[in-house]
Amino acid sequence: MTVATIKKEWFTNVKGDVLSGIVVALALIPEAIAFSIIAGVDPMVGLYASFSIAVVIAFVGGRPGMISGATGAMALVMITLVADYGLQYLLATTILTGLLQILFGLFRLARFMKFIPRSVMIGFVNALGILIFTSQLEHFHNESFMIYVLVGLTLAIIYLFPFISETIPSTLIAIVVVSILAITMNIDVRNVGDMGELTRSLPIFALPDIPLNLETLRIIFPYAIALTIVGLLESLLTASIVDDMTDTDSDKNKESRGQGIANVVTGFFGGMAGCAMIGQSVINVKSGGLTRLSPLVAGVVLMFLIIVLGDIVVEIPMAALAGVMIMVAIGTFDWHSITSIHKVPITDAVIMIITVLTVVITHNLAYGVLTGVLLSMIVFAVKISRVRVLGQYMDEGTRKIYYVQGQLFFASVTEFLEGIDFDDDLEEVIIDLNESHLWDDSAIGALDHIESKFKEKGTPVKYIGLNGQSKRLLQRLGGSTKNSGH
Amino acid sequence: MFKKILLATDGSEHSSRAIDQVLKMVAPYKDHVTLDLIYVVNGTSSKDDVLQYGDLHTAKMKRKEKFSDTLSYVEDKGVQTDLIILHGEPAPEITEYANKQAYDCVVIGSRGRNKFQTLVLGSVSHKIVKYVQVPVIVVK
Repeated sequence: MTVATIKKEWFTNVKGDVLSGIVVALALIPEAIAFSIIAGVDPMVGLYASFSIAVVIAFVGGRPGMISGATGAMALVMITLVADYGLQYLLATTILTGLLQILFGLFRLARFMKFIPRSVMIGFVNALGILIFTSQLEHFHNESFMIYVLVGLTLAIIYLFPFISETIPSTLIAIVVVSILAITMNIDVRNVGDMGELTRSLPIFALPDIPLNLETLRIIFPYAIALTIVGLLESLLTASIVDDMTDTDSDKNKESRGQGIANVVTGFFGGMAGCAMIGQSVINVKSGGLTRLSPLVAGVVLMFLIIVLGDIVVEIPMAALAGVMIMVAIGTFDWHSITSIHKVPITDAVIMIITVLTVVITHNLAYGVLTGVLLSMIVFAVKISRVRVLGQYMDEGTRKIYYVQGQLFFASVTEFLEGIDFDDDLEEVIIDLNESHLWDDSAIGALDHIESKFKEKGTPVKYIGLNGQSKRLLQRLGGSTKNSGH
Repeated sequence: MFKKILLATDGSEHSSRAIDQVLKMVAPYKDHVTLDLIYVVNGTSSKDDVLQYGDLHTAKMKRKEKFSDTLSYVEDKGVQTDLIILHGEPAPEITEYANKQAYDCVVIGSRGRNKFQTLVLGSVSHKIVKYVQVPVIVVK
């Protein structure tokens, strides 16, 4: 890395980056605390994660100007792990997740992300929105009706304050106002302090306190895989959004590796696994953040504020955080996908909905993605396996030509063969493959089958219009599958 | 006589009404006119478009596609045209571009908002009228 690139990636937009970094830090604090509570760990775990991930990514990430930290998507995957095995296993899982993500980056697998269909991605964000929303409902249990008033007030301020000023994050104003109200009026609602410990100290390096054996690996590996998928999915999606917002390209493999390094470091410093954040990244770019400096500033300011203001932060009522999370849920959900659902192909809409349902039922975003991808593959195979065969007699019924339209491969040969009439008594059969393509040995097998069937009657078969690749395949495999009993 | 005109569009019906209005206005001297369309992609539409299309390159192409009919419509009327796509907040981006590129006039369609909405929300057209340094036409 030359001095010029360092300058370009860090110091071309110092004022904008410092200001947006501060804005993002203020918006990150409530989210990091709320996501910790979703995951079932102390608020410090999410705050350490957001600090450490933001700072590490600033140096090793592939998408300058993007904000990463503790996220809802990741927190949702961890819930059962934390509940069953505790924090130490979560830290070990975080490190393993990081290692897997580093491998993903090293093997340059980011290019495969484009094979994840759009409908699955949309299902992913919609499910994420729904889960973040439902995870807030527990804060309404066993509370007086005041919680509804406070949550309502929080949301009102969040959505209306931007009309007065867009420079200060409205979530911050909402939290400050609602906290002051709750404290001064002595409203009896739960606050952050009731949810777990918040220490005013910097994170320190420590090895996770777990037995290093296969049993541990058996416990943490499935979670690490799920976190790896979810983290990379959201990070690379966010990177693409930031690419588009800034009209610049980014290195997705470097970003995957960077996310991995950030998670490894975070695991050792007592933080939970995280990834890039769509909402925060949009806030960052909108507030003028462009380079690597803004996430660095965001992370450092966040930690500074926690150390200075830790005693005040514990007084924030959960009602205010629930309000912020409901806003995050609404912002995460892709409303456009609902308003335009009648315009997309029905299969896309169904895949999106099934992805959402799978996540909502299993509470695991990774399962939703896998189900969606698998379903899309089946739908694709069904769609592409449609073959149309049209037979026409020539020369007063002595010859017949079959026009084949579609892809010939294992899933489509049955339909293809059904279109051929073997009872015909002919002098010659011509198969026109101009609008077709042979893909595998099943396709060649089908052609051999036709040939041998007609041979029994002494009818020769001629192929016309084979494209280059199909012809090569036929030459390579044609002999071997002949008379193989297809 | 406005020869170099910038028209802010969001691809909606309001903007196509504005285009028709401009074409009517410049009809007598249309050979000397350039009517550039400007479209600004904000953060929310960035998110929507990337989710729908995958990456910035596809999103870029789709946006150009979206306006290709409009561009040929304007060209068919004998007026030179071009499409400018910028990223950010619409009002400041359009203002900055218009002021830098020395347009004679900026045209914008106004949305049918009621009094209360205008009071609370303000509007892109209002900000443009205020900060663009050349004449601005707001097409109702």
